[in-house]
Parts: sequence; C-alpha cells; structure tokens
Amino acid sequence: MKFEMKRKLQANIPTATMSDIVFMLILFFLTVSVLKNYTGLPVILPDADLEVIRKIESRRHTGYLWIDKSGAMSYNDKIVGVEDNSLYSSVYDSKRKDPQLWMFLQYDSRVRMEIITKANNELRKATAIFVNFATTTKQK
Amino acid sequence: MIRKKRIPVGEIPLCSLADISFLILTFFLVSTVIYADKGIPLALPMYGDQMNVPKKNICNVFINDVGLIMVSETVMPIALLKENIRQRIIENPDLIISIKSVKDTPYKTFIDVLSEIKLSGAGKISIAEMEK
Repeated sequence: MKFEMKRKLQANIPTATMSDIVFMLILFFLTVSVLKNYTGLPVILPDADLEVIRKIESRRHTGYLWIDKSGAMSYNDKIVGVEDNSLYSSVYDSKRKDPQLWMFLQYDSRVRMEIITKANNELRKATAIFVNFATTTKQK
Repeated sequence: MIRKKRIPVGEIPLCSLADISFLILTFFLVSTVIYADKGIPLALPMYGDQMNVPKKNICNVFINDVGLIMVSETVMPIALLKENIRQRIIENPDLIISIKSVKDTPYKTFIDVLSEIKLSGAGKISIAEMEK
C-alpha cells in the first residue's frame, strides 16, 4: 500500500512587503503635509476669566493677526500696515478665498487702543467681522 | 518509501516592527504641537453699517487712559461693573453695550472691561473710539 501524503495548501499572504508600503505612505504624507505654524510677533497677551474665553473653531478657517508693543502688525507672518492698505488687502484676500474666516487677534496688552481701533476698522472694511481677541487664562 | 518533504515556511521577523512603529509614534508625539488658540469671541459691526438705535437702548461704557470706567455718567470700579451691567440688561433686554475708549487706553484695560461685560451676560456689545 502506498501512502500518499496530501500536501496541505498553505495560504499565506506575504506581509513582509506591507511594512514597506506603509513606510512609503508615511514618507509620502510626511513630505506632503505642511504644518502651518506661524511665528508671529513677540506679544504679551492680556488675561481674562475662564468663563468668557473660547477656543477657535478651526485653525484652517482662521487668519492670525499680531500687533506687538511697538504697533508693528503681522498678518499670517507677513508684515502689514494700516497706512499702505496692506492689512486691508491681505485680510480681504483671505476673506474672499475663505468666506467663513475668523480672525484671531493677538494684540499685545500694552498697545494703545488707537492702533487697535485702526486695525479693527481695517478688518471691518475687509468684512472680516468675526474676531477672537486672544487672551490667556487668568490665574486665580 | 515515505519521503517527508519539508515545506519551507517563510517567517518574517515581526519583533522589530513594533520598535519601528514606536519610533514613528515618538516622532509624531514630539513634532505635534497642541494648539490652544483661545480668546474672547466678538462680532464687529460691518463697516459703514450705521444703525439708528434709540438712545435708551444704548449704554455707554467709557474707559479713559488711566483705567477709570464710567457707565452712563457714573464712575465705578471694575469690580462693580459686572453687577451694574447685569441689572441694566434685566431692566432692558435690548440694551447695546457700547465700549468707548480713548486713544491712549491700554489694550489690557479694554480686555478687562470686555471680559467683565461678557461675564455680565451682555449679548450686544459694540466697540468704538471716543470722538473728540
């Protein structure tokens, strides 16, 4: 009698290359994605009570405006000014591209209101009326 | 004759995969910044959009350059501002709080006042610069 050994069919999916593919994907995303992070200007933010401060809705739909102690303005890391209409034009441009734009206003606590009112009026002209005055949380 | 055929089993060493994935995880943990963009939200009025509001529906809050606060002709410390505004809103729910500051008012004082007015539950807040 002849024994015949039935060869079992081994159904193995080769997983060795899977990690290579995953790594390729990771590298792809690492190179493509840009972490949007603005440098801004050095500011000391004022503080406010915890109950009144809110987080911004989404970083994607937010324009960042800085005004430092000396009154220098930076909108999304671009130095702008009120006099030459560059603040108005750049805010208007981003508002046109993204109608649901919020403005995140990081004003230094030592700035005089004259400069702030000027900047706010430029924002109002550019129809960017939804703003968020950046503050820190008051320590009790 | 029974011949045992040895089937080659291709084993992949998977123990290092965990190390690699931990490396990637560490990279992302280090490079990710948790943003805490927080502040006081406010809707500014549209430019040139002048509304005629009856005088009784406006409550002026003046702030001068040394931080004195005046609410409708009465000077008061900032600690009393919240209760005062709250009372006024209970009396007249349509009240618009208009914060008026002079040119030399520090932004810090303005935020303090804005924060107190927000705490009082006021919904309609306008900010303006005092005319000369």
